Amino acid sequence: MATAAATTNAGAGATQVIRTGAGSRYVIYTLLILFCLYYLLPLYVMVVNSLKPLSEIQAGGMMALPDALTFAPWASAWSSAQVGVEATGLRPYFLNSILMVVPAVAISTVLGALNGYVLTKWRFRGDTIVFGLLLFGCFIPFQMVLIPMARMLGLMGIAGTVPGLIFVHLVYGIGFSTLYFRNYYQQFPTELVRAAMIDGAGFFTIFRRIMLPSSGPIAVVCVIWQFTNIWNDFLFGASFSDFDSQPMTVALNNLVQSSTGVKEYNVHFAGAIMAALPTLLVYIVAGRFFVRGLMAGSVKG
Amino acid sequence: MSVSEISGRAGRADWLRDVLPKLVLSPSFALVLIFVYGFIVFTFYLSFTDSRILPSFGLVGWQNYTRLFSLRAWDIAVKNVLIFGSLYILICCVLGLALAILLDQKIRAEGFIRTIYLYPMALSFIVTGTAWKWFLDPGIGLEAVVRSWGWTSFEFDWIKSSDMAIYTIVIAAVWQTSGFVMAMFLAGLRGIDNEVMKAAQIDGASNWALYRRIVIPQLRPAFMSAFVVLAHMAIKSYDLIIALTGGGPGTATELPATFMYSYTFTRNQMGIGAASATIMLMAIAAIMVPYLWSELREKK
Repeated sequence: MATAAATTNAGAGATQVIRTGAGSRYVIYTLLILFCLYYLLPLYVMVVNSLKPLSEIQAGGMMALPDALTFAPWASAWSSAQVGVEATGLRPYFLNSILMVVPAVAISTVLGALNGYVLTKWRFRGDTIVFGLLLFGCFIPFQMVLIPMARMLGLMGIAGTVPGLIFVHLVYGIGFSTLYFRNYYQQFPTELVRAAMIDGAGFFTIFRRIMLPSSGPIAVVCVIWQFTNIWNDFLFGASFSDFDSQPMTVALNNLVQSSTGVKEYNVHFAGAIMAALPTLLVYIVAGRFFVRGLMAGSVKG
Repeated sequence: MSVSEISGRAGRADWLRDVLPKLVLSPSFALVLIFVYGFIVFTFYLSFTDSRILPSFGLVGWQNYTRLFSLRAWDIAVKNVLIFGSLYILICCVLGLALAILLDQKIRAEGFIRTIYLYPMALSFIVTGTAWKWFLDPGIGLEAVVRSWGWTSFEFDWIKSSDMAIYTIVIAAVWQTSGFVMAMFLAGLRGIDNEVMKAAQIDGASNWALYRRIVIPQLRPAFMSAFVVLAHMAIKSYDLIIALTGGGPGTATELPATFMYSYTFTRNQMGIGAASATIMLMAIAAIMVPYLWSELREKK
């Protein structure tokens, strides 16, 4: 499927056969290391410049390590920088993002698990069409729903609020979580489910006792995916939030784009790292499980 | 207990067993029907109306579409998405494939290197945009740095130039996604059967010929997936442009997504905005529908 990122050391790769000489191995390693530097460069720029006074950056020292190490840009970005109209720093917006992400991820994952279970173990006429419709919903350009969604949130009384954002992310997250669980449960032996049915186990008993205990790997994949997508979203945040309900990405953009006063690059970089930290941490801590879970779910490339 | 009573209870249990799964699925399905397909119909309808600052339901026929296609701003946006999309897909695929092949040579610390190549994918485009915006800024970024190292005539001001700014979007977007494409190709490489290769090698084929003739042709499914994912991301690109260039200088880096947003919400031309969103949906559907169709049919 579209979301394949699966790689393993499972062995039977093409290069079991390819032999490379010492000279070409030298070239290969050099190239690989150069590309490591390329991918790390922006991260390096963000980190070192968030730790130096503004004057060092303005003097053309962006690539240099800080002369006078300072944490003031971090403190400013967190609690006192001008974001939009108020000088609150990014802290309240970081909290908004947390409040938005946690319920949206939890609910969409649970719904995805139930949907995947129905679509694979309780199949009915037209289930492929239902799945296809859910799936296509993941890929539409969201510009197509912005106008009616703005109205609908108003009608529901949750326009410009964090619950409104939770609702939007939930609705457009269902497709992906269903996709993950469906592909995973498809591999799960249906005979086990049949046997439990004959023994008189009901719909939810089977789900709780048989499906859920083996759903760990795909739940991890789904949670990481949804967390990253929802935390990183900008379009919905910019469209459907008010000043006091903006998520982190929108606040960071306001901080960086604000045209008043001196451009505090060091504060911008510190803010950017703050916005990046949650997803980076998830990736570094749980990235391995993500790849492993994708393999287990046979989400093919 | 009579026979009819038992069969009645069994009947009810059967009925429940039949209905319960659909009942569980129905809230999700209803949400998607309304909020995806209902909304698509609504926006599609709006594209034929005289909506300005608010939705209005006076039909005006194809007027919004003819206006849209006569607008210079839309022309620029379409041209930009074509330039950006084709370069983005091409460079990501070439770079991703090259890195995958290099990483597939029994490399020490492969997992570590892979992590470094892939981490940009975890970042928000707003973060990526911020980092590259200041790194490419001639006043403080690369140009200023190289000059401070002594090469005083060095120039790199693409981000400030109307002609070149669109390429800075390519640079940042490729940085963010190429590692992901690498992972897709690496997964493909790991799935290749090496019996054929052994045979070819015994016949004296060079490494280069092995890759060109045997390995790369077998990566077709990975190429397909990469193309679909990247094309769909290119058409939807919004955040990166906002963070990196804001659509500027002037309107030099406007894409359809930024065009739609500004016409709908800041210029109060909702009818035209809806028409542009409809065109975006058509473009994505043209790519996604055949792909999803073949995927779903294969899996049956």
